[in-house]
Amino acid sequence: MPARLHMCGMPSATTEAAAETAIEPAIAVENLVKAYKTATAVDGITFSLPRGSVTGLLGGNGAGKTTTIAMIMGLVTPSSGRVRVLGAQMPRQRYRVLHRMNFESPYVDMPMRLTVRQNLTVFGRLYAVENLSVQIDRLAADLELTDLLDRPAGKLSSGQKTRVGLAKALINDPEVLLLDEPTASLDPDTADWVRGRLETYRKSRGATILLASHNMNEVERLCDRVIIMKRGRIEDDDTPADLLTRYGRANLEDVFLDVARGRNGAREGDAREAAP
Amino acid sequence: MNEAVNESTAFSPRRVGAMVLRYWYLLRSSWPRLLEMIYWPAVQMLTWGFLQAYVAENAGFFARTGAIFIGAVLLWDILFRGQLGFSVSFLEEMWARNLGNIMMSPLRPVEFISALIIMSLVRLAVGMVPVSLLALAFFGFNLYGLGFALVAFFINLMLTAWAVGIFVSGLVLRNGLGAENLAWTIMFIFLPLCCVYYPVAVLPVWLQPIAWALPPTYVFEGMRALMIDHVFRLDLMLQALALNVVLFGAGVAAFLMLLESARRNGALMQTGE
Repeated sequence: MPARLHMCGMPSATTEAAAETAIEPAIAVENLVKAYKTATAVDGITFSLPRGSVTGLLGGNGAGKTTTIAMIMGLVTPSSGRVRVLGAQMPRQRYRVLHRMNFESPYVDMPMRLTVRQNLTVFGRLYAVENLSVQIDRLAADLELTDLLDRPAGKLSSGQKTRVGLAKALINDPEVLLLDEPTASLDPDTADWVRGRLETYRKSRGATILLASHNMNEVERLCDRVIIMKRGRIEDDDTPADLLTRYGRANLEDVFLDVARGRNGAREGDAREAAP
Repeated sequence: MNEAVNESTAFSPRRVGAMVLRYWYLLRSSWPRLLEMIYWPAVQMLTWGFLQAYVAENAGFFARTGAIFIGAVLLWDILFRGQLGFSVSFLEEMWARNLGNIMMSPLRPVEFISALIIMSLVRLAVGMVPVSLLALAFFGFNLYGLGFALVAFFINLMLTAWAVGIFVSGLVLRNGLGAENLAWTIMFIFLPLCCVYYPVAVLPVWLQPIAWALPPTYVFEGMRALMIDHVFRLDLMLQALALNVVLFGAGVAAFLMLLESARRNGALMQTGE
C-alpha cells in the first residue's frame, strides 16, 4: 500500500480572501526544503493538514521535525517550497495569522522571574486576548494552575512548567496549535494528564494540532494521522491503525523502529515518489 | 475577522505596552538589576567629580570653566546607559530563552524595538535621576540647569544610543549570545572619538573627520561651548540630529536585515552561544 500523501493546490496571493474558506487546509506544505551550509534539514516534504485534525510528526533526532515546525511558524525561512497556514503564506504573511496560532516547545522558556500570572498577562496582551483576566482564571482552573498563579515561573517543577507552557499556548484559543515534544521530560502521570487536556481542547475548539514527538504512545492516543520523517524526508504518512496493519506491528514504536532502521523495505522513498 | 487581521498587522501600542509591562515586571522583581543601573553611573560621577574638585583648586582655567568633567560624565552616561538599557532588555529575552515565544507572537519587529526604546528610557531614568541629584548634592552641578540645551543634548544622545542598541541587538539575534560582549563594549569605541572630555581640535587632523561623522561629538562640543563660552550652539545640535536620523535609519535597517538573516540561518531556534 503506498504511503498516503495529502496534496493541495496553493492559491495565489490574489485569492487570499477565497482561501479562507472551509476547504483551505489549516496547514499546507509544498516541496519544502531547508538547506544549511553543511546539511539539509528538510528535503522536499509535502503535506496538508485539514482543519480540526491532529497529526503526529515522528522521527529520530535530526529528522527535521523541529525545523519543519519552525518553518510553519515562520521562525525559519525555507530554502525553497511553500508553507501556508490558515491561508497565509509563511513567513511573508505571518502577521495575518500569528494571532490565530500558538505553540509550545521545551526549547523555549518563559521569563523565570515573572510570576505565572504576569507571564500569561504579557502573552495575553501580545495576542490581544479579550477579557484577559477571565481567560487566565479559566485556563488556570482547567490546567490546575490556580495555586501557582502568583509563583515565579522559575520556581516551578518540570511538570508545572509544562502546564504553564500549555496555558501560554492556549491563551489565545488558537485555531492552529504546534507542539514540539509537549511531554518531554515529564513523568508518565503528568504526561498522560497533558494529553488528556490536549484532547479536550481539540474537541472543544476544533483546533488543528501538529505534534512533534518521540513518544509513540502519545502519538497513538492523540493523533488521527502520523507523518514519519527521516533525514529530512517523509518516510511514511498514514493513520496509526493503517500503519500498524501495513507494517504488521502491534504498536507504533515498532513501526518507528522499522522505519528508523530501514526495515520498511520497498516502502522506503514512497513518500518522495508520490510527491509531484 | 477583518478587525482581528487589522489588529494583528497594524502597529499596536497594546503589544508595545505588553512588552514594556514584561520588562517592568522583571525590573520590579529584581533589586540587583535596579542597583546595577545606579551603581556605575554613581561611581563614575563621584570619581570624576572629586578629580575635578581637586583640579579646580589647583588650576585657574578649570576653575573658570566650571563643571565640564561632571557634565561630560553625565552626558556620556546618558549615551552609554541609553544603549545599554536598550541592549540589556533585549538580552533578557535571550537569557530567558524567551525569544522564540516573542518571535512567534504577533509582536512586530518595530513594536519590539519601540518597547525596548521605552525601556531604555525607564532604565536610564532609574539610573540617572538619582545620580544627577547626587551631582547636585556633592558638587553643586545642576544638570537640569542646562534647560533647553539639556533637552537637545538628551535627544541627540538617545537617538545615537538607540541606533547602536538596535544594531547590536541585531548582531546578537543573528550570532547568538557569543556576540553579547558587543552590547557591553561597543559604545566605548565612541569614547575617544566623540571627544567626551576634550575638544575635537586635540585629535590628529586625519582623525577629526571621523569624529565629526559621529553625532555625539556635536553634543560634547556643544556642551563645552555652553559651559565655557556660555553659548548654545543650535547649529551643532541640528547637524547632530541630521546625522542621527541617518544613523537611526541605518540601525533599524540593519536590525531588520539581521533578523531576516537569522530566520534564514535558523538562528531564532538556537539562541544560545
